[in-house]
Amino acid sequence: MKEFKFTVTDPVGIHARPAGILVKEIKKFSSKVMIANKDGKEADGAKLLALMGLGIKQGDEISVKVTGDDEDTCAAAVEAFLKENL
Amino acid sequence: MKVSTGIKIVNGIAIGKLKVYKAPVYDIDMSLTDDTAVELKRFEEARVKVQAQQHLLYEKALKEAGEDSAGIFEAHEMMLDDDDLIDACKSIIEDQKHKADYATKVGFDNVAQMFKEMDDPYFQARSADIVDLKNAMLDVLLGNDTASLQGTDPSILVAEDLAPSETVKLDKSLLLGLVTREGSSNSHTAILARSMNLPTLIQCKDIDDSWDGKFAILDGYNSCLYIEPTQDLVDSLTARKKEDQKSEALLQELKGKESSTIDGRVVRVYANIGGPSDIGSVQANDAEGVGLFRSEFVYLNSSEDPSEDAQFEAYKRVVETLSPKLVIIRTCDIGADKTIDYMKLDKEENPALGYRAIRICLTRKEFFKRQLRALLRASAYGNLGIMFPMIISLAEVRECKEVLSECRKELEEKGVKVGKFETGIMIETPAAALCADELAEEVDFFSLGTNDLTQYTCAIDRQNAKLEPFADTHHPAVLRLIRMTIEAGHRHNTWVGICGELGADLTLTEEFLRMGVDELSVNPKSVLPLRKKIRSLDLSK
Repeated sequence: MKEFKFTVTDPVGIHARPAGILVKEIKKFSSKVMIANKDGKEADGAKLLALMGLGIKQGDEISVKVTGDDEDTCAAAVEAFLKENL
Repeated sequence: MKVSTGIKIVNGIAIGKLKVYKAPVYDIDMSLTDDTAVELKRFEEARVKVQAQQHLLYEKALKEAGEDSAGIFEAHEMMLDDDDLIDACKSIIEDQKHKADYATKVGFDNVAQMFKEMDDPYFQARSADIVDLKNAMLDVLLGNDTASLQGTDPSILVAEDLAPSETVKLDKSLLLGLVTREGSSNSHTAILARSMNLPTLIQCKDIDDSWDGKFAILDGYNSCLYIEPTQDLVDSLTARKKEDQKSEALLQELKGKESSTIDGRVVRVYANIGGPSDIGSVQANDAEGVGLFRSEFVYLNSSEDPSEDAQFEAYKRVVETLSPKLVIIRTCDIGADKTIDYMKLDKEENPALGYRAIRICLTRKEFFKRQLRALLRASAYGNLGIMFPMIISLAEVRECKEVLSECRKELEEKGVKVGKFETGIMIETPAAALCADELAEEVDFFSLGTNDLTQYTCAIDRQNAKLEPFADTHHPAVLRLIRMTIEAGHRHNTWVGICGELGADLTLTEEFLRMGVDELSVNPKSVLPLRKKIRSLDLSK
């Protein structure tokens, strides 16, 4: 299992458009990606509406857990995406 | 005539007939069925169809409103791929034996509710997006024809509220303006309306179906709708609309273009402003800088001597917002004619010739230094020019520079950063104009205050209407002093601008350019007409 934390810098937080593209990215991999918001509430990273339902805003620290055969490449890709877009 | 008030989202004037827009009604079939396969198929077909529709809306919005507004439709497409949503609807069909219509309504409503219950306004607003998608699905499932809701003639649309997709689907050629009963200024509809520049009012609570077909005027400037307006209103607002269209056209034509003559002479066209609230108009009118920022607002808006920090915040804001454009701030130009109690200025017989402006500053050093320190601190945030008004002698200029130097040392000793800045003076007295050669040695620029220069040169009180017959705004003496100032300035590498009203007088532009003026600073609305004039001149002829 790979795990990392990330602090959101985008002023709107994790909003519809980047969330949608993140979900698309995650779906490319076979690993399961669970994202937890600062209150510990978790959502499956492949589910757009659930991800948006976490209400992640600017300044929030999220924790990302990746489990699966391609967890290394998946975690790296997700972290890179977050840094680049959120 | 009836008047309905609301909140303006997009300014402008729309004149035309009202069309009351009725959203389609959804009669959901609640009956159960054993033929779940058929219903699953209907659901999936509708889902794919709506996704394709959202994509078309994305492309239409991209053309009409831009990338940021169009993005929401891209997000809609992705929402329709969400497994949780799809599974929820499918299970209502498979497990509860309901039809696709009901499954859609409940499935989507549940997600909408989830968003509504979140405590961030951005996420709450997404609830409306889900409802929008639900209605798009239901339109397909129920076979609703949404095309004919606008009528056949251009009209001002009146509605309860409009979903983003409804706003984008509208035929723009039939749309003059928009008025809704509900709506929020951050809704997508508002965002789309802004990018389409469509005059829009929201929160008009007394919208009525009986208005359908009536002649009306949407007045964005006053945030209201006039239903069956009086002839006077029709005339004045029609005229206003024509003016707006002319300014808009001018803006489109000249924005971003250089203020240069046909034969290649470049002039700087700046704006004169009176406070931070005017910053927007500098950008809106595409001024290349600020040739005169009147600092008096800082003194007039305070009930006591404004602190250095308060002044610094105000100056920093302007300089930073407009950076890298040059912003020339004139130091305090107050006199006995402006009543500011805390300044404790004695009443004078001739305030125009009295204890004012630089004379106050040089005899109230602490007062002056507060302003100068605030200005020096602000200089670190952009491109600043400091300008001293009402100068009549070389000694005054030298003293100003000394005080400025003192302030600079004080700040640097405290480790406060001071940026680069230009120093200049107003040439608004005959004395200054006639001694321009000596003064030019001391400063980086001159700015001609032609209003006062004319007053002092012709010995005519600007405020006295009785003297109209004797006043000549193009008095040869004044023009001669302007020419002398420009030539003297240039002999000493000092650039010369005009910030008085004559700068905006298009009948003098050619003459000023032939004199060699480097900069013209005018009220914001005159910037583009002036640029147009300059671009029409050929000084080689």
